[in-house]
Amino acid sequence: MSTPLSRPLLEALRDQIRRLEGSATRRRTVLPFGIRDIDRRLPGGGLALGALHEVAGGGNDALNSAAAGQFAAGIAARTKGKVLWIVTRQDLFAPALKQVGLGGSRVIYVEAGADQDALACFEEGLRHGGLGAVVAEVARLSMTASRRLQLAAETSGALGIAVRRWRRQTEAADFGQPTASVTRWRISALPSESLPVPGVGRARWLLELIRARAGEAADFEVEACDGHGKLGSGHLSLPAAVADGPDQEKAGRRRTRA
Amino acid sequence: MLSVDLAARKAGVRPGTPVAKAQALYPDLIIMDADLEGDRTGLEKLALWFQQRIAPLVAVDVPDGLVLDTTGADHLHGGESAMLAEMVGRLRDAGITARAVVADTLGAAHALARYGRARTLVVPAGETAAAIADLPIEALRLPDSMIEGLRALGVATIAPLAAMPRAPLALRFGPDVARRLDQAYGRISEAILPVRPVDPVTVSRNFAEPIGAAETIARYIGKLVPPLCQGLEERGQGARRLDLVLHRVDSRTEAIRIATATPVRDVKRLVRLLCEKIETIDPGFGIERMVLTATLAELIAPRQKISSLIAEEEPDVSDLIDTLANRVGHHSLYRFAPVESDVPERSFCRVPALAPDDQKDWPEHWPRPTRLLARPEPVQAMAELPDQPPLFFIWRGVRRKVKCADGPERVFGEWWQGDAELTTVRDYFRLEDTSGERFWVYRSGDGERGETGSQGWFLHGIFG
Repeated sequence: MSTPLSRPLLEALRDQIRRLEGSATRRRTVLPFGIRDIDRRLPGGGLALGALHEVAGGGNDALNSAAAGQFAAGIAARTKGKVLWIVTRQDLFAPALKQVGLGGSRVIYVEAGADQDALACFEEGLRHGGLGAVVAEVARLSMTASRRLQLAAETSGALGIAVRRWRRQTEAADFGQPTASVTRWRISALPSESLPVPGVGRARWLLELIRARAGEAADFEVEACDGHGKLGSGHLSLPAAVADGPDQEKAGRRRTRA
Repeated sequence: MLSVDLAARKAGVRPGTPVAKAQALYPDLIIMDADLEGDRTGLEKLALWFQQRIAPLVAVDVPDGLVLDTTGADHLHGGESAMLAEMVGRLRDAGITARAVVADTLGAAHALARYGRARTLVVPAGETAAAIADLPIEALRLPDSMIEGLRALGVATIAPLAAMPRAPLALRFGPDVARRLDQAYGRISEAILPVRPVDPVTVSRNFAEPIGAAETIARYIGKLVPPLCQGLEERGQGARRLDLVLHRVDSRTEAIRIATATPVRDVKRLVRLLCEKIETIDPGFGIERMVLTATLAELIAPRQKISSLIAEEEPDVSDLIDTLANRVGHHSLYRFAPVESDVPERSFCRVPALAPDDQKDWPEHWPRPTRLLARPEPVQAMAELPDQPPLFFIWRGVRRKVKCADGPERVFGEWWQGDAELTTVRDYFRLEDTSGERFWVYRSGDGERGETGSQGWFLHGIFG
């Protein structure tokens, strides 16, 4: 925002846009990551509640969704109330979710037969409004479907996370298609920092914020969710290095359009 | 021995045989303790089932029988013999061996069903005396001591007993012998105590003009549910299962059944659950009658609300659970609860979504993968020493070089699960390949002794 616009004018314009979007009455709340560099990039200073977010794994993780699932679990763990997790094939290991702070008693799983059923359950869960977060693992997410989900989330104020998980690597190109989600993330595993002793260090991820409504794309390198965080649990903590220079942003936008 | 099945009977075991003797006859005999209380409950359930399908008056005849007053009901099943065949056939499908007899009197039918030869038998009216003449006197529902006494007198079957003078019999054995004989021959009447179904709350509506449109059905569902809920409220109950039966003009019926996880009396919620199922019914030429029944109702226990002073109240999600369960089925909606086991695939179990929280959780000290493969996949791997993690492994055709690793975490077989697990061992390693992806790989066995496992490598999970 380098254009020298006067602040009241800017506020008036934002108000007008908010009214057009039909969300003037609702107070917009966010769930901050607790990392300044990420929160600064997101409009409102965190992951918007009452909105749909998309998460996918990069590389092989597009099929396995291990890192993407853990990332979604970390976000869900920081919300209050029960979490609805909709899957089409069940291979989540509940003790691992516990390790990012999402205890077994909080997660209700729904095993849907097909993507359509999963989306219907997803919408139902978002519409209910009494849940902390609703996570659904789906492969295809059309513009129409995502709009429905986004509207459902907006009306109830629930946090919706669509974990995109495909069966074949070729289908992962679907992630470039436009959807109505507010943010879109790609999580890829990075080699962990080498320890002075033999062993595996704390996992590190490359978070690519591919799309953010009213925000800019960015890449972050972070250490994976930790269940022993100081403030609550499931924090994304300590960005090892924040690589979000202008050229990365351009690259991010290119990917979005691809 | 109280009861034996056909195979045991062929081996020579009879009811009344002492257990030790039966075991001597046939060492591999399976003996189960008698559960008389359970049998009685089962019999009562069966009686209700018969009452719904066969005849309006059904009584339980402990320990092993049912009494049906089929007067005026047999025509619905195509005659008495067809009815008996259907009853016995249905029970056989359910795994129950049964015999059925229709006779003029309860006593005769009781005797013929237990001591007659035929599996199903219809005794024509007025021929009862001839039918039971040759049956042993045990068939008369007399106490054992009396049977022994009568046998000592040389009476073995019913006909000679009936021919004996009454007065000396009554003097010696009391009035029971004469009473049972009269009941069998139909000289005195015998009342039965029919089972009574717990009368369900039900509301119905008839239509002068048949209805068919989905919106109309939805509107009338909206009109039927409030009186039903009122009926439930008068009893302090909530519906667990609702049946909406739609009678079509071509005298077919369509039905919607919904189930809820907790007793519900909320009009809006029940209407919504029912309306979601409208698309599954075929109205045909129209529906002329709708009947809504709370087939299963339970008491709604008053619950203490948490004061906002102490803690924030958890939002109620049971309505969402019901909606989803009616969409995907109850078995597809669950939570994972911890099970005390070190074997990963046994460390959790599925519990109903609204099961009470038992405050247990998994230990956190060992890293666990986000995704656990349903079946460990064999991988090719090579380790330098048994204690060391592999240097590389090939999974799904991709060779991955291991950059760093953690382990082993040794998991022992659970000897209480079976003899095969007495010696088995799994060594779990956490491996990170050069691209940073992390895997959970185990070797079946300790790498040294053959009896601990096949020493092959398997990939069991993927870390996030």
